[in-house]
Amino acid sequence: MEKDFPIFQVMDQNGNIVSEEYKDLVTEERVKKFYSEMVRIRTLDRKSISLQRQGRIGTYAPFEGQEASQVGTALALDSEDWMFPTYRDHGAATVFGHSLRNILLFWNGRNEGCVPPDGKKIFPPAIPIATQIPHAAGAAFAEKQKGTRNAAICYFGDGATSEGDFHEGLNFASVFKSPVVYFCQNNQYAISVPISKQMNSATIAQKSLAYDIPGVRVDGNDVFAVFAETEKALERARNGEGPTLIEAMTWRYGSHTTADDATKYRDQGESALKRMETDPLLRLERWLKNEGLYDEAWVKEVEEQAAAEIDAAVQEMEKFPKADPAVIFDYVFEKPTWTIEKQKREYLELIGGEA
Amino acid sequence: METALQTKTLTLVQAITDGLDTMLGESKEVILLGEDIGKNGGVFRATDGLQEKYGEDRVIDTPLSEAGFVGAAIGMAVNGFRPVVEIQFLGFIYPAYEQIMTHASRLRMRTMGHYTVPMVIRAPYGAGVRAPEIHCDSTESLFTHMPGMKVVCPSNAYDAKGLMIAAIEDPDPVLFLEPMRSYRSSRGEVPEGKYTVEIGKGKKLTEGEDVTVISWGAMVPVAMKAAEEMKQKGVNCEVLDLRTLYPIDKDLVIESVQKTGRTVIVHEAHATGGTGSDLISLINDEAFLYQKAPAERVTGYDTPVPYFGFEDHYLPTPKRVAAAIEKVMKF
Ligand SMILES: Cc1ncc(C[n+]2csc(CCOP(=O)(O)OP(=O)(O)O)c2C)c(N)n1
Repeated sequence: MEKDFPIFQVMDQNGNIVSEEYKDLVTEERVKKFYSEMVRIRTLDRKSISLQRQGRIGTYAPFEGQEASQVGTALALDSEDWMFPTYRDHGAATVFGHSLRNILLFWNGRNEGCVPPDGKKIFPPAIPIATQIPHAAGAAFAEKQKGTRNAAICYFGDGATSEGDFHEGLNFASVFKSPVVYFCQNNQYAISVPISKQMNSATIAQKSLAYDIPGVRVDGNDVFAVFAETEKALERARNGEGPTLIEAMTWRYGSHTTADDATKYRDQGESALKRMETDPLLRLERWLKNEGLYDEAWVKEVEEQAAAEIDAAVQEMEKFPKADPAVIFDYVFEKPTWTIEKQKREYLELIGGEA
Repeated sequence: METALQTKTLTLVQAITDGLDTMLGESKEVILLGEDIGKNGGVFRATDGLQEKYGEDRVIDTPLSEAGFVGAAIGMAVNGFRPVVEIQFLGFIYPAYEQIMTHASRLRMRTMGHYTVPMVIRAPYGAGVRAPEIHCDSTESLFTHMPGMKVVCPSNAYDAKGLMIAAIEDPDPVLFLEPMRSYRSSRGEVPEGKYTVEIGKGKKLTEGEDVTVISWGAMVPVAMKAAEEMKQKGVNCEVLDLRTLYPIDKDLVIESVQKTGRTVIVHEAHATGGTGSDLISLINDEAFLYQKAPAERVTGYDTPVPYFGFEDHYLPTPKRVAAAIEKVMKF
């Protein structure tokens, strides 16, 4: 089965273009855009880990290593499309236009974090595994019914493909030809469980056969391959041809979350090696160098800009007004029920001015 | 002649490991299943070292599929095993809800006892550990409402091990709720080897004449703290640890309420449809005329458990419990 689903690459790990058909896609301008977006989200990721260590945000889910998958997909979207991320896809959400401040607020345990900027259709990150997969089928179906050309992208991990919701969602989308791109970041572990113990199939892409939809495998560390396949799948979706399943082969260098210790179940040497060989940022750096376009001053500028932008967002997050306890009662229903009204009144009375 | 049992000091989560270890050692029928429970020893280390000791066939890392492994465990249970499944957090049990509600809990009834489901479902629950959303649910009454399920919830290490062994030996499905917040903060003397704490029996933690305070799991320390504070003010509380939420220890509750005439119930689950409502109707049925005040409930609110930035506002505090105790005293 594996040979029926070869891993698609545009650029190999040494920065050489290996797909003639797509060579025009790779321009200096695009490489620099993709590179700077990846630097930006990597900076966000590292900063978040350090904020968590300092107790300034809660448990955090890092994605370092998966930047190409998140940037390549997010940049392929139109601004009117939908995004259904998981807890690990805030990189993609940022690139698609989510506010950095709100993303940080989310990790700081605040409801505001789930609110996307005006006009952006970004769902709150899915915390239970795979539950967003049917939502995307439905939201995309609604776009089709409304007669738009908008589509949806739905992210999930390899572990998610074991849940019933994955199969139910894909089946629904395929029957109703929902314009949705199902994008699996196969980082090869679900917490401690390696893919070999997650499933008996050789690939995730082949699961598309059961639903008679296209399934492809891409090198998830090749931002151009991700971008090209996502664009193609989006185009199919917009043309009424239904969903696509994309399996992006990638790797997360760090732990599952800041509450987890990967050394318990994973050889960290393997991560270190992958970082040297297949890092999505290094690959673009290598291309730039091959082309004689690499400019250290420019890279430095990109890094400094990212750091400044993220520091500003951290400040915004920390200056954000203290949690108002009324919020937990106010948004449960449009009009609070008598039970909630009573509970709110009693609680605010009890805490008086102390909240 | 009785020989004093050897004991050791364990945290609540270590006591659970010890209980599982004891039963895995005793019987080949006992088998553990769940996500990350093997090599990783569970995200809370509740199964730490057990796969190494008993092998990959008895401590099984499953695919990420709650409906799948709970359903499979039902199949194992009807076919001679005693599966103990771990749900990583209670908030992630919902994919398996159908399997539990429509099969595990009623197979005995449907087959007039021909097939039975002697299975344990372990699930850490509760807020107060700054976990992300949905990791903090306390939805025990979804399961006490379910005919055919027993629901237990230890508050300390001794009970945790004793109840675990009792749950594994129980011929019916048991939901075993583990208070995350007490996993490492609660520590106590635990006998070595095998002993049980009877399912369906609560425990009186303090003697008092004025108010009965009923709680379980992670709310027991909150209730105890409030009771201590009230003692300074001359109010003596009888604190009960319910330990089993279904079936409730009726005699313990009623005896106490008949003595004190006042009740405060503390649970972190939502108020509406919570176990507190059941306790109040039980008290009305059995001790109505003994009451000197309507029973008070101190609970989580009828809101989703909020993100951790707000969880201190959601969870019952000793202050809220003390206010309720004062209210029933003044009524
Ligand atoms: C229904 C459900 N069960 C269990 C969990 C706990 N959990 C959180 S992440 C995770 C592993 C997910 O792996 P995968 O889908 O491969 O995504 P990754 O985290 O690797 O990106 C588990 C078991 C959960 N969030 N939801």
